[in-house]
Amino acid sequence: MTALISDSPAVQSPATAGPGRTQRRRPRAGRAVLLLLFAAYFFIPLYAAVDFTLGGSRRNMGHTLSVWTGLVHQEGFTTNLMTSLKIAGGTVLLLLVLMVPTMAWLHLRLPHLRRVVEGVCLLPMAIPAVVIANGILGAFKSWPQAITGSSWILILEYVILALPFTYRSLDAGLSAIPLTTMVEAARSLGASWPTTLWRVVVPNIRTSVASAGILGAALALGEFTIANLLLLNTFPIWTDQAGQQDGEVATTASMLILFLSWLLLMLVSQLGRGRAGKKSPKLRRNK
Amino acid sequence: MNRRLTGIAATAVVLALSATACSSSKSSTSASSGSKAAAGSSAKDAGKATTAADLGGMDALVAAAKKEGTLNVIALPKTWANYGAIMDAFTAKYGIKINDANPDGSSQDELNAIKQLQGKSSAPDVVDVGQAAATAGAAAGQFAPYQVATWSQIADAQKDSQGLWYNDYGGYIAIGYDADKVKNPPTTLKSLDDPQYKSQVALNGDPTKANAALSGVLAASLANGGSLDNAQPGIDFFGKMKSEGIFVPVAATQATIQSGTTPITIDWDYLQASAATDLKAKGINWKVVVPSDGLFGGFYNQAISATAPHPAAARLWEEFLYSADGQNLWLKGMARPAELSALQKAGTADAAALAALPAVTGTPQFATQDQMTAASKLVVAGWAKATG
Amino acid sequence: MTASAPADVPAGVGEPAPAAAASRLRPAGVRAGRGRAGSARRTRRTRPADLLGLAPFAAYVAVFLGAPAYAVITAAFKDDSGNATLANVTTTLKDPYRHAFFVSIELSVLSAVLGAVLGLALAIAVSGAKRDGFVHRAVTTASGVLAYFGGLPLAFVFLATLGPQGLVTKWLNSAGYNLTQHGFVLWNMAGLVLVYLYFQIPLMLLVIFPALDGLRPQWEEAARSLGASRWQYWLRVGGPLLAPPFLGALLLLFANAFAAYATAYALSTGSVPLVPIQIGSVMSGNVLAGQENIGNALGLWMIVVVGLVVVAYTLLQRRTARWLR
Repeated sequence: MTALISDSPAVQSPATAGPGRTQRRRPRAGRAVLLLLFAAYFFIPLYAAVDFTLGGSRRNMGHTLSVWTGLVHQEGFTTNLMTSLKIAGGTVLLLLVLMVPTMAWLHLRLPHLRRVVEGVCLLPMAIPAVVIANGILGAFKSWPQAITGSSWILILEYVILALPFTYRSLDAGLSAIPLTTMVEAARSLGASWPTTLWRVVVPNIRTSVASAGILGAALALGEFTIANLLLLNTFPIWTDQAGQQDGEVATTASMLILFLSWLLLMLVSQLGRGRAGKKSPKLRRNK
Repeated sequence: MNRRLTGIAATAVVLALSATACSSSKSSTSASSGSKAAAGSSAKDAGKATTAADLGGMDALVAAAKKEGTLNVIALPKTWANYGAIMDAFTAKYGIKINDANPDGSSQDELNAIKQLQGKSSAPDVVDVGQAAATAGAAAGQFAPYQVATWSQIADAQKDSQGLWYNDYGGYIAIGYDADKVKNPPTTLKSLDDPQYKSQVALNGDPTKANAALSGVLAASLANGGSLDNAQPGIDFFGKMKSEGIFVPVAATQATIQSGTTPITIDWDYLQASAATDLKAKGINWKVVVPSDGLFGGFYNQAISATAPHPAAARLWEEFLYSADGQNLWLKGMARPAELSALQKAGTADAAALAALPAVTGTPQFATQDQMTAASKLVVAGWAKATG
Repeated sequence: MTASAPADVPAGVGEPAPAAAASRLRPAGVRAGRGRAGSARRTRRTRPADLLGLAPFAAYVAVFLGAPAYAVITAAFKDDSGNATLANVTTTLKDPYRHAFFVSIELSVLSAVLGAVLGLALAIAVSGAKRDGFVHRAVTTASGVLAYFGGLPLAFVFLATLGPQGLVTKWLNSAGYNLTQHGFVLWNMAGLVLVYLYFQIPLMLLVIFPALDGLRPQWEEAARSLGASRWQYWLRVGGPLLAPPFLGALLLLFANAFAAYATAYALSTGSVPLVPIQIGSVMSGNVLAGQENIGNALGLWMIVVVGLVVVAYTLLQRRTARWLR
């Protein structure tokens, strides 16, 4: 029994591969149908919106790209976009720097406190944005304008807003690896704590860190209520204002930020892949 | 080695972010500190002035305001009652820069901003709020009393006796419709209850949140045998239309009109009129009709913040709005300014703009704050039940 | 070199010799809960110094979450002039607020459960693709973006698709199927759930991917080689392993839907009574003024509801996770 469960070549014998092969054919068709249904659910609404932005519901002219090409020239488009991108970058950085070591430490040394931290991390999600924004205004009234009147307060608060799924993501990732073993191994080999964290733990929870970062960035790029109530200018605020006068501009801006964020994140994940991809693809197909 | 580089890179990124983030903040600290220093001496005087005479006359007021150099306004969309043109005209006339924060803000947002941003240079100087917020703000001591030069031209019922708030412009609840999609245009509110308008009628928001929507419910109440004291028939009317599928509870916006989702909307007539201008460019023929059966009017209010960072500029703004120039600019935005009857008597009303206003038949009714409060209580308790 | 090797390398590396054999028997990733090394580790007490490691997190949360939350909670017990009162809190216990809580919870539970199940199905379907391959990365990043696509743009996108003049509505009409006649609209419970799924499913996907990654393919192959069917594998091995993160994700989805506001407002403007919409009406409206503390009281109750769900989840977790510890 022991031999079969271990990572020994016995598992890969043709005897076990046989029944597996015929069983896999049916699920493959089911999987394709499932993916198709999901693709339809997610892409058809986007198609309908893009059709609208191309002038699909205008009465006096046919489809046109004018809204898209004119978007960049809309007053305030580039400045607000840049502001939001910077906020997103700052949020992700601060979030990961704060949470990855904290979560690792939590799993390592304080596992009984996990539920407590989880509850705390879930709190931001329970409070609607309007209420949080008023809370922020009330709590930080006496803070300097340079923080509360600038993007800094947004970065600081978006990190809080991102806590729920960051916790969930990192928790899942850290639970799935033999953390204590790896850390003790690294430490016993003489690695310092930061080295252990950066070179042992993080590469093994890459998916989790990437997930957390992606959601943090998406949150920062799309958050509206808090920025609105604090009277700050970010891209979603600009989109809403522009949309009051022109529905096509609003929808175009929303679609643009959607595609832009997706492209940006694909780029980031490509870079991350390039770095680690060389290291161990072979080792995954362990024999 | 790797760690050190990453550390340096991270620090550099953070520094870069802080440099750019600070510069992109809403109010540039250098400008505001400059204006604060300049206004330091006159700020005390201007903050306590209840008329222009207190400061030594209009010229002194203009000089003090120009020294302050900035005006913070809040929740003023450019297409709302021609505010875009009004703000441009003010800046052109006096050279005072206007910071327009949170254009889509609500009246409550404006009061919150006065309270929460007190002492900051980005706090609002003046507000334009609905009646509920005007009364609440006055009671909470958030406004400074001030009487414009043309104070006597505003009817007594349209201003606070102490000068804490005063009606600025208003309009009537009107039905807007897409002339190409709606073959038989409605003329009265009651006529909307017709199967031919299935899935077409919408308000601009939730009556517990949007003033125009609540006013729409009161107008419907008037049209269905209710009164200003009893908004229930209005609630029931919309409930009936919802169950028949005529009323769609979607928040009507320009986008929903353009996409054909809400071809008939109920909103203030001046907002319908400015929407018509915007929609024409998209090839949509938007028409406005003020219903004869539910003729409900409502005014908004101006007020100066008691803790305004630029008190002289705030007072000058009010003087501008209540001058013939300001009032006519509102008229051009299809809103009915508070001093309209006085302007007409003096012959200074813009004739072309006056003629362009939607026709009104019948006597409009205006609700007092108590009636609005009672109506809002009814709506909060019963809207979801009726339209759910 | 060994330090950065992936977790597939047998876990016995570096461990003290007596436990090495025992831990090599267990697949990597499952802690040796009952082994000698495990119990030796378990009995070590938490040093107070260990708590210091949580200090940065605790300080940050105390300031940037604690202070606003405290401001909200204290405001719930104040009236307009700042005097202490229970009036706001008791008012919010009655209708129409009470009804709104039930409706909010119903909408949140429905969209959370459906989102969790469908999200898991999609995650499993996609996890078959190559790690770090294009499909995998595209789906992950798209999920990240869509998980935060909400509010007015989302409402508009669905109106443009399934609204009275929507694209799909028109397609179905031309095929002879009238949506509204069959009772489907976007602004009732069913419609809102459908719209909420648009961000719930991507969120679930993103959150469950790391957990799915933790399911080693060797375990499935091992189970197969012992004669288990795919179904049995999921029932006995995969399911229990996924249960804790699945429940956690479910909780997350619930809280997410519970606090969502802008989308429901744009589509139903209060005809479906939801607590966040009521909060918006009092704290950020044009009709009611000076009632923000009712909004704070409602916020307080929302915290209580989510708090209760977290407690229930914790108790449930202790039972399902026993297998792993």
